[in-house]
Amino acid sequence: MADQMLDAKGLNCPLPILRTKKALKDMAIGDVLTVQATDPGAVKDFEAFCRTTGNELVDSSNANGEYHFRIRRKQ
Amino acid sequence: MSSTEPAKNMSIIVTKGTLDWAYPPFILATTAAAMGLEVTMFFTFYGLVLLKKDLNLSISTLGNSAMAMPMMGAHMVMPNLVSAIPGVDAMVTSMMKNLIKKKGVASIEDLRAAAVESEVHMIACQMTMDLFEYKQSDLIDGLTIGGAATYIETATKCDINLYI
Repeated sequence: MADQMLDAKGLNCPLPILRTKKALKDMAIGDVLTVQATDPGAVKDFEAFCRTTGNELVDSSNANGEYHFRIRRKQ
Repeated sequence: MSSTEPAKNMSIIVTKGTLDWAYPPFILATTAAAMGLEVTMFFTFYGLVLLKKDLNLSISTLGNSAMAMPMMGAHMVMPNLVSAIPGVDAMVTSMMKNLIKKKGVASIEDLRAAAVESEVHMIACQMTMDLFEYKQSDLIDGLTIGGAATYIETATKCDINLYI
């Protein structure tokens, strides 16, 4: 497996988180998942998700209402 | 799940079965499961219908005194009185279903399937099944059928217990 991209644009809470969890499950430890989202609530939610699950939020960015979250699977 | 922290557990008592009230328990259960918690849902009274094989949920304006639906850039309030008008609940249900689709909100069917897939433990209340005459064959597979004691035993082991 390798780094992956997840398109969660247009999806509302809690779907971006649920899809992310599902995608991470199939990835190898150390790989990075980039999630694209348009839900403004996802910013706080991805921070909380990563703190609670122990996955690493490598960085997040916002350009024209599109958010990118890079998450490294830790375990 | 962080290796330094023990797994956490959450339970939710689900008591309401309208389309709108079905969302909070399923959203919280699926999200908690995605965040590594073990989740139990106890479906009792009107919440039991959320376990029926065929979901046909609707909205009731009655008792939702603050309900306001977006309409043409404003919000239309739904006083309890309007629920007495034939067709209003059907109209509001169809408005809500349109909004759900338009705003990228998951359907209850999808959230329930996600809950099953992420191994959320679901308990159907036996007393409610007797009271409202539901058979186990009316409900989805994989349920535990139990009563208050079954739920309480789970709740004593949970860090978070919610009532919705």
